[in-house]
Amino acid sequence: MEPGLYHILTVSIALFFIGVMGFLTRRNLITMLMSLELILNSVNLNFIAFNKYVWPGKMDGLFFTIFIIAIAAAEAAVAIAIIINLYRSNQSIDVTNAEDLKY
Amino acid sequence: MPNAINIALIPLLPFAGFLLSGLFGRKYIRNFAGMLGTALILGSAILALYTAYDYFFVYGKVDGVYQQFVPLKITWLAFTKELSIDMGLVIDPISVMMLVVVTFVSLMVHIYSLGYLKGEERFATYYAYLGLFTFSMLGLVLASNIFQIYIFWELVGVSSFLLIGFYYDKPSAVAASKKAFIVTRFADLGFLIGILILSYFSGTLDFQELIARLTSPESNEAKAAAASTFLGASALTWGAALVFMGGAGKSAMFPLHIWLPDAMEGPTPVSALIHAATMVVAGVYLVARLFPVFALSTPAVLEMIGWVGAVSAIVAAVIACTQTDIKRVLAYSTMSQIGYMMFALGVSKYGGEAGLGYTASMFHLFTHAMFKALLFLGAGAVIHYVHSNEMKDMGGLRKKMPVTHFTFLIACLSIAGVPFLSGFYSKEEILLAAYHSNTAIYYIALVTSGLTAFYMFRLYFNIFWNKPYEAHGGHHGHGEGGLVMMLPLILLAIGAAGAGYIPFGELVSSDGKALESHFDIAFSAAPVLLGLSGIAIAAWMYLKENKKPENMASSLGGIYKAAYHKFYIDELYLFITKKVLFNLVGKTAAWFDRTIVDGLVNLTGNTTVLVAEGIKKFQSGKVQQYAIYFLAGVVLLAAFFVYVWR
Repeated sequence: MEPGLYHILTVSIALFFIGVMGFLTRRNLITMLMSLELILNSVNLNFIAFNKYVWPGKMDGLFFTIFIIAIAAAEAAVAIAIIINLYRSNQSIDVTNAEDLKY
Repeated sequence: MPNAINIALIPLLPFAGFLLSGLFGRKYIRNFAGMLGTALILGSAILALYTAYDYFFVYGKVDGVYQQFVPLKITWLAFTKELSIDMGLVIDPISVMMLVVVTFVSLMVHIYSLGYLKGEERFATYYAYLGLFTFSMLGLVLASNIFQIYIFWELVGVSSFLLIGFYYDKPSAVAASKKAFIVTRFADLGFLIGILILSYFSGTLDFQELIARLTSPESNEAKAAAASTFLGASALTWGAALVFMGGAGKSAMFPLHIWLPDAMEGPTPVSALIHAATMVVAGVYLVARLFPVFALSTPAVLEMIGWVGAVSAIVAAVIACTQTDIKRVLAYSTMSQIGYMMFALGVSKYGGEAGLGYTASMFHLFTHAMFKALLFLGAGAVIHYVHSNEMKDMGGLRKKMPVTHFTFLIACLSIAGVPFLSGFYSKEEILLAAYHSNTAIYYIALVTSGLTAFYMFRLYFNIFWNKPYEAHGGHHGHGEGGLVMMLPLILLAIGAAGAGYIPFGELVSSDGKALESHFDIAFSAAPVLLGLSGIAIAAWMYLKENKKPENMASSLGGIYKAAYHKFYIDELYLFITKKVLFNLVGKTAAWFDRTIVDGLVNLTGNTTVLVAEGIKKFQSGKVQQYAIYFLAGVVLLAAFFVYVWR
């Protein structure tokens, strides 16, 4: 059986919720960042799938995906810089220890 | 034809003086400011005299009638095509006469102040204020429309405020300046409403047109103004009465006179200029300027003006008899004499022989400016010498200050109405006008003229005769005052003696036509005899130091006490303002402000704080919590758009 749109969307949804679950439950900031990447990649997968199956002649979905990858890379760099700074001041990268920014 | 530039320069020269001394006085031209101001006002005075000569003898008269000229008119604020506020210059007999009075007295005061305020810390500031005042007064005199006169009216009020409070480290001076400003402002509120009423109905602000429209009974404007009524009086009557209220406030007419005696806290030359000769007659001038409206359209208001003037004249004269501060005596005397001018207008009619009162009023304004400025400057010289305002510190000064003594005597004789001095002629005319028109006012005026002679000579004898002079505190190193202080006295004395010989009736009259003034010896006998007996009584009581005044005061008892306390009018005002207004209106308003207005504002603030207290827990600092909220929000929105919105 040739894999179709629905198969890919199923994978994408699975990937998305795994990412969400990881983001909400893990305490390690690096792991949370990885979960975030999972969410982004599920979105990428969506773009690609829709582009291929719904508008086969167009390139828009591909461009979006490339943009998202680029932005995700930049975002990862920024996030890691923040995490390093957080580690320097807190000696930990546990998210429960980083609760200073509140009311 | 009048030369607009010459005439415009008359007010602008003092204004230049104000700007120069005001801006650069403290640093650069400190000692030079007085001379500068004096030189500029000298220029103004020469131009004013030239203008007067030119107007009265060269071009002013056409077919035997003095015309009104408007040599300059600039549209300043144009609201609509019909309604604009203009700035203009008006040249007619009364404005030209006032130009001469204001510039001459102002010049005298400028010269005199060079000596009187020598060494004063704020010398340049003083001259700047004087310049501002002279400019505003001249602008008021030359105003060609009713709004312009109002602008300058307020400007003279401000300069009067500044000069009364010139010694601002003296609490009484500060209080007096505030009082003067507030009382006249209160009256000016009436003036403003009056202006609005009159200009609303006449559809113009220009004096010439306003008078023309409101005085001809056929015009639509006059009909409309007469037709709309409020509380039983027509709008026209209300407008005229309210305009007069402004004039009464500025001219210190009963019962708005309370600021004038306190205004004597200012430097004495200022009292001579502002509170005797020029600013306080602005009310008289205003009534004269709008005289056709009062005389032809609202005779009831004119009659009220007559009575207000007469009551002010006699009340002030009675109070003046009991005061011991020499400047206050002069202040009440001023009020009384302005009362004369007012009721002279009040008993007058428009045009012809019946317009004698108008001429007499303007004549008295002119002569009064001379002798009252002289009296104040003389009193200033005395105060300068004695360092006190109180009569009891004076006496026997005639040998020490011969020039002051002589000129003061001339002024006293003149104001008392002794024949052949200026006050005699103008007062006779006023009495004659009153006699022909309103007998009750005539008798009031007659009594007042006797009182005038009495209190003026009470003042004179107490200063220059009575007990021999002994210096208090041992400081009388300086003499009478230098030439700069004596010269104005002498010049004004010449004016006070000779101003009566100006043929005023030919120059100034209500309709511009020459008015024959004739003197009747039989008619003059009564006031002159009364005046002379007033002088005699004053001499009997005060020539030598004795117990008669005290005995007299104690035998008069209550009347004397009431007059000494100025008939408790100040107390009445205090009662009304402090007890009634503050308690009833003020406290209610304060309660409303604190509970309702402030309460609403506080309610907003408190509600915000309360809500914030409730929802601030959401900002927990836990990143994952935020993520859950975010996710929940997205899910809810998605559900909303999928199931509800469609």
